[in-house]
Amino acid sequence: MTKRYFSSIALAFGLLVGSVSALANEGGAELPTAGTNVSDKASLQRGAKLFFNYCVGCHSLKYVRYSRMASDLGLSEDEVMNNLNFTGAKFGEPVISHMPAESAKSWFGKDPPDLSLEARAKGVDWIYNYLNSFYLDPTRPVGWNNTVFPNASMPNPLWELQGIQVAVHSEATPGHDASIEKLELSQPGRMTPEQFRGATRDLTTFLEYAAEPAALERQSIGVWVLLFLAGFTFLAYLLKHEYWKDVH
Amino acid sequence: MAKAMARLGNWFTERAPGLMPMYRAHMTEYYAPKNFNLWYYFGSLAILVLVNQIVTGIFLTMNYKTSALEAFNSVEYIMRDVEWGWLIRYMHSTGASLFFVVVFLHMFRGIMYGSFKRPRELVWILGMLIFLVLMAEAFMGYVLPWGNMSFWGAKVIISLFGTIPYIGHALVEWIMGDFLPADATLNRFFALHVIALPLVLLLLVVLHIAALHEVGSNNPDGNDVKHGPKGNRWDANKPADGIPFHPYYTVKDLVGVGFFLMIAAFIIFFAPTFGGWFLEHDNFTPANNLVTPSHIKPSWYFTPFYAILRMIPSYFGTAIWGVLGMFGAILLLALLPWLDRGEVRSVRYRGLGFRIALGVLVVSFLALGMVGAGVTAELIPEWFPSADVTTWENAFGRLMVLGYFGFFIFLWVYTHFGFEKTKPVPERVTTHD
Repeated sequence: MTKRYFSSIALAFGLLVGSVSALANEGGAELPTAGTNVSDKASLQRGAKLFFNYCVGCHSLKYVRYSRMASDLGLSEDEVMNNLNFTGAKFGEPVISHMPAESAKSWFGKDPPDLSLEARAKGVDWIYNYLNSFYLDPTRPVGWNNTVFPNASMPNPLWELQGIQVAVHSEATPGHDASIEKLELSQPGRMTPEQFRGATRDLTTFLEYAAEPAALERQSIGVWVLLFLAGFTFLAYLLKHEYWKDVH
Repeated sequence: MAKAMARLGNWFTERAPGLMPMYRAHMTEYYAPKNFNLWYYFGSLAILVLVNQIVTGIFLTMNYKTSALEAFNSVEYIMRDVEWGWLIRYMHSTGASLFFVVVFLHMFRGIMYGSFKRPRELVWILGMLIFLVLMAEAFMGYVLPWGNMSFWGAKVIISLFGTIPYIGHALVEWIMGDFLPADATLNRFFALHVIALPLVLLLLVVLHIAALHEVGSNNPDGNDVKHGPKGNRWDANKPADGIPFHPYYTVKDLVGVGFFLMIAAFIIFFAPTFGGWFLEHDNFTPANNLVTPSHIKPSWYFTPFYAILRMIPSYFGTAIWGVLGMFGAILLLALLPWLDRGEVRSVRYRGLGFRIALGVLVVSFLALGMVGAGVTAELIPEWFPSADVTTWENAFGRLMVLGYFGFFIFLWVYTHFGFEKTKPVPERVTTHD
């Protein structure tokens, strides 16, 4: 009887894990995975540096406070205030971009969105691939386009690191329009493609942290909770076993 | 010490004479069949989740702001600035989904072992009312974070009432208190979610248990333990196959609680969004009445019913048939005690037809869930690249709608006209640990 219990529980658990992994690729399109690791402090710090050098000019993180970020990323107040805070905000204040909303509208056609929850709304794979998929497109108002998010209003903010990509089109055949086959680097940037993928991975990791700071602590707490519950369940089982001797 | 405790106990029983008899009637001298198996954990687990929802809910309301302008921000405030706020919220959001997991399994147990049959019809009806209130509770709770899926989900679900002839449009406006889901909608849903519906839910749960204890629990053999042979080691006049609920089932349920909490904790700490099923990606974007999410779909626990709604086409220029089908799917469940005329309760001794029909019900319910969640719309082009997705999805979905409703029609025909060949039900329970 007990054996049957455990096998059904194992089965239920197997189904659970199976359905989660089946869902991991829920987005449909086959994007390469970002491979982020949100508990990698060094990666988070590099990502923060990139964010505050290349992104915060337009994008806010209105739910992220400098002070919380400092303690979560293992940075001191001075390090954050001198190297990452360029807006003159106080240490306890959230990260708000200084770009005026009206100018943003006239420059890009829309207000650049707050990125606090971008990693939860779009997923880390999406962000990573988006950052790697800009290409030159003279037909767009800002001169850039993106294969992951066609007709995005954002120009490539990291072009000097990545270099300039252009689209290689496939020939139009009867019944099929010409389409983008791949993106090719036409002018190298300050980073090799390898380095650039690493940099965008770091930036994605930072946004993943920004979307859920609790992610840093919940897994390490969770291990202890599960161990406690395992002990509790074992004791409960022994108690049940003892009491049920009466029933047999 | 023991003497002092006994005196304190006496002090209470002298002043509240009904307490001890009630405790005995429902705990120490409530004789439950001794052969409960894995399927019998889900009732007590549902109570556990209900308590979790109430306790975590109380703490959430301490920091949540009921306003269309502030709701979304206040949820992020809970997630980031409130001490342990993230844990409380994940416990509440995971609890909501697990509530349905537990309740679905609890209901399936009732169908499989015939627990809805005479004399437990009232227990079943009260249970169905709990299910209905729970769905309303979950729907309104889902609106409160005021994410984009909250907004569009609310809009779609409330619009269902718009299909009612003549009064539909006025009714939709009356429910929302505006022309779109808005601040007024959010505030009234909050009131209903945190006080009105929980009160009804608690009352119904008390009645559900009271009604059950009046007639006694069913068991996997489906035989009548209460009116069977008498005499057990605790009482010569009580059922031979019964054991006191407390301590035997309280300690046994404690083991179930332990396993359940491990699964819950795994989700809360390691996969709180559960891959977008428990907390959807689109709900991490604030409500925006100008931007529609790419796929509007309800939470996973509504998807089977949502699929029935979508799969039933419009006739005579109205879409009300789908709405009727959706509510009919729940109504038929509530009518089971009168649709199923078979005398034998448990699947163990019922005819082959019932076993097959039960399998069809489970398969079509799960398949409808996949249709409603948009899983089939993704799988069809993957498995059959040349297929027309809408045609195939409709064909598959409608077949499954037929399977779901077919169960109830078949069951009535099967039992009413005496086609069922049952096995003899033993007088005593067969298996127990």
